[in-house]
Amino acid sequence: MRLTTATAIAALTLGAFGAQAQDKTVKIGNLNDMSSLYADIGGPGSTLAAQMAAEDSGLVAKGWKIEVIGGDHQNKPDVGGSIARQWYDVDNVDLIVDTPNSGVALAVSQITKDKNRVFLNSGAASSDLTGKACSPNTIHWTYDTYALANTTGKAVVKAGGDSWFFLTSDYAFGHALERDTEAVVLASGGKVAGKVRHPLNTPDFSSFLLQAQTSKAKIIGLANAGGDTTNSIKQASEFGIASGGQQLAALLLFVNDVHALGLNVAQGLTFTESFYWDLNEQTRGFSDRFAKRSKGGAKPSMVQAGTYSAVLHYLKALEALGGNPKDGAKVVAKMKEMPTDDPIFGKGTIRQDGRKIHPVYLFEVKKPAESKGPWDYYKLKATVPADEAFRPMKDGGCPLVKG
Amino acid sequence: MSAAAPAAAAQAAIAAPDAARDFRIAFAIMTALLIAAPFVVYPVFLMQALCFALFACAFNLLIGYVGLLSFGHAMFMGFAGYIAAHLAKVGSIDFTLPLIGVGPHWRFGPLPPLVAIAAGVVCSALLGLLVGALAIRRQGIYFAMITLALAQMVYFFCLQAPFTHGEDGIQSVPRGKLLGIDLSVDLSMYFFVLAIFLTGFLLIYRIIHSPFGEVLKAIRENEARAVSLGYSVDRYKLAAFVLSAALSGLAGATKSLAMQNASLTDVHWSMSGEVVLMTLIGGLGTIFGPVVGAFVIIAMLQYLSPFGQWVTIMQGVIFVVCVLAFRRGVIGELAAVWRKSL
Repeated sequence: MRLTTATAIAALTLGAFGAQAQDKTVKIGNLNDMSSLYADIGGPGSTLAAQMAAEDSGLVAKGWKIEVIGGDHQNKPDVGGSIARQWYDVDNVDLIVDTPNSGVALAVSQITKDKNRVFLNSGAASSDLTGKACSPNTIHWTYDTYALANTTGKAVVKAGGDSWFFLTSDYAFGHALERDTEAVVLASGGKVAGKVRHPLNTPDFSSFLLQAQTSKAKIIGLANAGGDTTNSIKQASEFGIASGGQQLAALLLFVNDVHALGLNVAQGLTFTESFYWDLNEQTRGFSDRFAKRSKGGAKPSMVQAGTYSAVLHYLKALEALGGNPKDGAKVVAKMKEMPTDDPIFGKGTIRQDGRKIHPVYLFEVKKPAESKGPWDYYKLKATVPADEAFRPMKDGGCPLVKG
Repeated sequence: MSAAAPAAAAQAAIAAPDAARDFRIAFAIMTALLIAAPFVVYPVFLMQALCFALFACAFNLLIGYVGLLSFGHAMFMGFAGYIAAHLAKVGSIDFTLPLIGVGPHWRFGPLPPLVAIAAGVVCSALLGLLVGALAIRRQGIYFAMITLALAQMVYFFCLQAPFTHGEDGIQSVPRGKLLGIDLSVDLSMYFFVLAIFLTGFLLIYRIIHSPFGEVLKAIRENEARAVSLGYSVDRYKLAAFVLSAALSGLAGATKSLAMQNASLTDVHWSMSGEVVLMTLIGGLGTIFGPVVGAFVIIAMLQYLSPFGQWVTIMQGVIFVVCVLAFRRGVIGELAAVWRKSL
């Protein structure tokens, strides 16, 4: 009798230990704009990218159970925040990915920290995510406003565009992009003639563009994204901004935006991205597989590719830990420890402040004659190496760095 | 008709003590359900629903018992939410004039939850006094349009004022502590919200059944006759408007602490429409109707959210069905079937 009890206790203890070490279930939530101005850049495509990462990780074959779900934050911080809270509290989501819209991203980052889960941001741009609002549970993956400003801003001023007028989306993202670009323009010897802020998701840019036109600035910097950028570029061409001698600088442009605009309107735009599907053999391979499954055969945007890369590395870290520890800060620490390597960005690292480091590229949109067909849109103009692309850690003001 | 009228009056006279008993029973059932609910349903969702229920009850006080359709009630809810969130998180009052750069400016640090909520209520009551004084001068559609126009002005103010942080809203608002109880635990916060909701609900019941409430109902039925009886109708209307605004503010301020954010969604005009929908679905002019309506609408928003923008269309269909099939609303129809006043 005593023996059986002892065996039972031993079995139970072992069982308990086993269960703890072998918790191999992961739930990933893609919190995104599913129906509005950022839906093409991230949206359902990011859910697909996360699913592909789960398949490519090879963990399913090793007995892991990985589930990917999607949610629509409607670009409202309160909606995004309550979905995140519910995913963490009720649905046991371990990881939230992507989340374009910096306002929503900042809210989700805070909730993720409170609940000790993981937030891998690909879609939002605000450099504050690794600056004053950095968190031990958040990694900012694909790009940020500093990288955009630093690369595009410098290149444009160098090419003679030394007076700027900003057309800024009036929320966290736009403010950060405008602030970071202005700093670069001033540091490079340029000046800022003025700025105007427009509400998010604006259909009519005419009054803003007229102000930009009367400012006589050489460069009109578009500190907005997605549907807002394509709308302002289209309307600028209707207003004849280019023929008046002013140039547009799209500070954030995605391949889907160029696809929507068409090369006739978009040609000649110079901008910064960290991924383009036609960069090399590996990016082409991933993008072809993605396009076969995406809506309308669209190539992946930088944001969607970044989501794939982030989820892949997250799963690698979980495998290295031997199971899902259900401890966000621990997983993120492990992710920072391991070097990254994937078909999207090649080799890279994650800094202490949560910034993922890889090269960024300066692209120019091709002329219609140069393009071989749909999705053949970019010419590579310059490559900025990983260590120069992003804001130096000491300048960010992230409290994690001091400690 | 002539024979039925005295009979109805007699019935009403008998029904009066019955009505109070019915209310007590229904109230006890509701309270019991709400106390048990957080152990079954996600408390954060319940808190949100309770705040909207109080908001709908406050709105119903105006449309159901005075017959005033305000189409700008979101301004009271949203603005109080911003005030409470700002005081609970930052704790400063800044009247520095933008161009001159001078003006009173106080910094006193984050305030405890009850003080922050009380400040929100005071602000929305003052706002209600201002808006009400202008709006009650007109009736019907003009009244609705004036409230809508003023609400749009408040929306614009909330979009532009520095302390509201525009599109980002005020995020990660601390819930603070009450009598040493840490409200950051969802369950304790739930009971705090429930207490506020029940207080507000009973206050509304008391208002409706006071002599003051009887005058309000008289104004709803026949304003000219109320004037001829010597009542100063405008004062009664204004008082009801301010009470409704203050209670909407109570709902908004509580919500911003419970959900830990204050955002533009709550001051947007579509929120003013949502509260009309809640009240109609639950039952206009019934005391429990708005509570049921709010739970129905919030549950829909919550559980249909995977359908994205289709939710608005579904909401529209439900609204049409409700108006065509059961015009008195869920509780209104039940009350008619059971011949009770709920």
